[in-house]
Amino acid sequence: MSNPAAQQPTNWMSDDMQRRIKRRYAADTRFKFYGIGAIGLAMVILVLLLGSIIVRGIPGFMQTQINLDVYINPAKFSGIEQAATPEDAEKIIMSADYTALYRDTLRERFPEVSGRSDIVALSRLISSGGRETLRNLVLADQSVIGTTQDVWLPAAGDVHSLATGSMSRETPEGERRLKDNEISWVDQLEADGDVRTVLSNDFFTKGASREPELAGIWGAVVGSFLTLIVTLLISFPIGVATAVYLEEFAPKNRWSDLIEVNINNLAAVPSIVYGLLGLAIFLNVFHLPRSAPLVGGMTLALMTLPTIIIAARAALKAVPPSIRDAATGLGASKVQVTFHHVLPLAMPGVLTGTIIGMAQALGETAPLLMIGMVAFVVDIPGGIMDASTVLPVQIFLWADFPEKGFEEKTAAAILILLTFLILMNAIAVFLRSRFERKW
Amino acid sequence: MTALTVALTLILAITAVSFVAGRQKSLSLVNGQLSTLHSLPGHYGSYVLLWCLIPGLLVVLLWTAIGPGWIESIIAGQLMAENPDLTKAQLDLLLNDLRNQMAGDVISRDVDSGFQDHAKAYASMIGQGQIYTAAIAILVTLVGGFVAYGQINPRLRARNRVEGVIRLVMIISSTVAVLGTAGIVLSLIFETGRFFEQVSFIEFLFGLHWSPQIALRADQVASAGAFGAVPLFAGTLLITFIAMLVAVPIGLMSAIYMTQYADDRMRSLIKPVLEVLAGVPTVVYGFFAALVVAPFFREAGEAIGLTVASESALAAGLVMGIMIIPFMSSLSDDALTAVPQSMRDGAYALGATKAETIRNVLIPAALPGIVGAFLLSVSRAIGETMIVVMAAGLAANLTANPLEAVTTVTVQIVTLLTGDQEFDSAKTLAAFALGLVLFAVTLALNVVALRVVQKYREQYE
Repeated sequence: MSNPAAQQPTNWMSDDMQRRIKRRYAADTRFKFYGIGAIGLAMVILVLLLGSIIVRGIPGFMQTQINLDVYINPAKFSGIEQAATPEDAEKIIMSADYTALYRDTLRERFPEVSGRSDIVALSRLISSGGRETLRNLVLADQSVIGTTQDVWLPAAGDVHSLATGSMSRETPEGERRLKDNEISWVDQLEADGDVRTVLSNDFFTKGASREPELAGIWGAVVGSFLTLIVTLLISFPIGVATAVYLEEFAPKNRWSDLIEVNINNLAAVPSIVYGLLGLAIFLNVFHLPRSAPLVGGMTLALMTLPTIIIAARAALKAVPPSIRDAATGLGASKVQVTFHHVLPLAMPGVLTGTIIGMAQALGETAPLLMIGMVAFVVDIPGGIMDASTVLPVQIFLWADFPEKGFEEKTAAAILILLTFLILMNAIAVFLRSRFERKW
Repeated sequence: MTALTVALTLILAITAVSFVAGRQKSLSLVNGQLSTLHSLPGHYGSYVLLWCLIPGLLVVLLWTAIGPGWIESIIAGQLMAENPDLTKAQLDLLLNDLRNQMAGDVISRDVDSGFQDHAKAYASMIGQGQIYTAAIAILVTLVGGFVAYGQINPRLRARNRVEGVIRLVMIISSTVAVLGTAGIVLSLIFETGRFFEQVSFIEFLFGLHWSPQIALRADQVASAGAFGAVPLFAGTLLITFIAMLVAVPIGLMSAIYMTQYADDRMRSLIKPVLEVLAGVPTVVYGFFAALVVAPFFREAGEAIGLTVASESALAAGLVMGIMIIPFMSSLSDDALTAVPQSMRDGAYALGATKAETIRNVLIPAALPGIVGAFLLSVSRAIGETMIVVMAAGLAANLTANPLEAVTTVTVQIVTLLTGDQEFDSAKTLAAFALGLVLFAVTLALNVVALRVVQKYREQYE
């Protein structure tokens, strides 16, 4: 034992100690600021992420159009008077040269333009979708042939970039997609009030296209919807049945342990592996159609199954045993207790889990690439066996296209996908707060 | 499909009628005196319903499962008899074309009269099979319904039987999870086995050269492709490492701040931020990486005189790290809240500042949970696909320089399997071998993570 008298009591007021305490407090404050810094960084990143997408995406919803007085030249529809049946007339209308119609209008408008390449460049101000607009006009009413029609035609993607400012006029001509003379034509049209940028109808109603100004998201939205329906119809009943079985009925034995281990495994498997499974089993063994929402939905169903099972089990577990005891005491059988009392009370939690699982499935891309949903699908899919694509895959495909115009289409598609996701999550939050009971 | 659709509709209609009939019969048998019935009237109805529905549906399912295959084998027999020199591959191709012709798809074959005949025979056999199936299914449904209807009497234990079926359905549903895992494992192992028939196991795991493109001419150099996967593993690890450098400090620090410093108001502000980051689909992160972050790094590199590849590992890894922040943060959050308050109180009582308590008491106590979170995050990063597909490179490049482009296991799986190619080539099978490696590694990480957490968690309970 040391001599207690030899030990000096610590002088907390000494300069050394005060400095030490100051240092420790400073370290404490620093540590707190690291935490704030981490949170702040996460917030900045989120703002950057969403901001960069919103800024890029807004022009993607728009379409630039050019107003022209197009003379529907009867010479281009020769033989239509003699057409015996409406089908023959339609055939003539379908195959008429509509490019020539607006090219003639543009040449009248810009008489100074001469030379083959310049005239081609001039007519290229109008998107190839202009042909379709004119064709639909004639198809709807044949009496327009021989008249002059005042129409808004979709402008080419480059004109759209110029009009929305994503193509800078300051760039040297050689690096610019539109040359000086083309810009001057657009300016001239604009000065006459014949250029407008409006909300694009095509974007919301059409399928994919090679031309950014004509590409639409509707095909992918329908594909996503069909795929999610299949996913829901498979994973919801199976997931709920599994959860009820494991939570309420299963005896504690090796079999139920095995099931639990497997559910946890499935939850941890990278999503791309599900794609490999879909490819090897659904496509190569069962010969189901490639690119179909049916196969996509089945693959995603397997992936969402663990999410639904885990959420449903938690919800079932939260129902107090007294409910079960009361029902059993009144003579209900085990199945009646479960399906008449416990499951309905757990339903809000189950539905919340299901919606979150569906939201995951909606955002999933990788497994769908494996089963061929990357196909370039122009038509709107009509059923679960048709070739189709889904929103995230469409985003992936458009992000890969080299045309600058697709960048804003991609961002616009992302905004639509995020809107759907936010909507689904909002419903889940609403369900949870409105219907979930605390016992 | 038409005959089957009609049959299914009819079966459903009969089923609906049978439920009402069964229910009515049980009621009328006892003149409305419910107490003399063994089960509720609805149970008798359901009993008849199940006897209608299950046999009918089973017949239809049986046909869909084996019918077309059976007819195909008959057609295949005919084709072989006609042309004995047909190889297996040619036969498969022919059958595939027949199938596509049936579905109305475009096929890459001259439709000659012989082919036309076979297509017709095929179609008519399928049609006939469907009509027979439909007839049998409806018959079985009716017979089942009548038998069950006849069985109804007040002493029939209808409830017990119906509940037995419900239990059976639940048990079958719960095996789907097992079947899913089994399906994944078996399909991966089977295809990987075929891959290793063509490429040596050692070359795949330890080879330094990856170029799976099959040459056009057989005598070309490396015409069989090179399948050394080490560059892919290295690339995956490099990107994962960068991702962890971002995700671990930010995720852990935000979890510490959330659990130790923030008040409720702060938390309600921060939580949504992390939740939104967690909910953003990976393809969106991929877009962000490829179109915002990567060009930024390239230009920044140019400005200070560095060459940064436009598909640099740095950009992909950084964005992947951002994706993992919320995951890391929420798992560490759980680990930190699990540490009992008394340990922190003890540290405060000894005069430790908050930061000292966190560093010297809280983190060591929560370490198993944090290690578990780290391992799960690594597993997540290794399996992540879209970010690297969009922002990392395609060429296998064995380097540790984060400014260069590298490729990863998942990128190669996607590149090998998108686009059309025959399913037997080493190139497509290689994707399954990579998938198996991926599956095994992520599974191992998850198992270890769970073990670590479980083994050390009890210490404070």
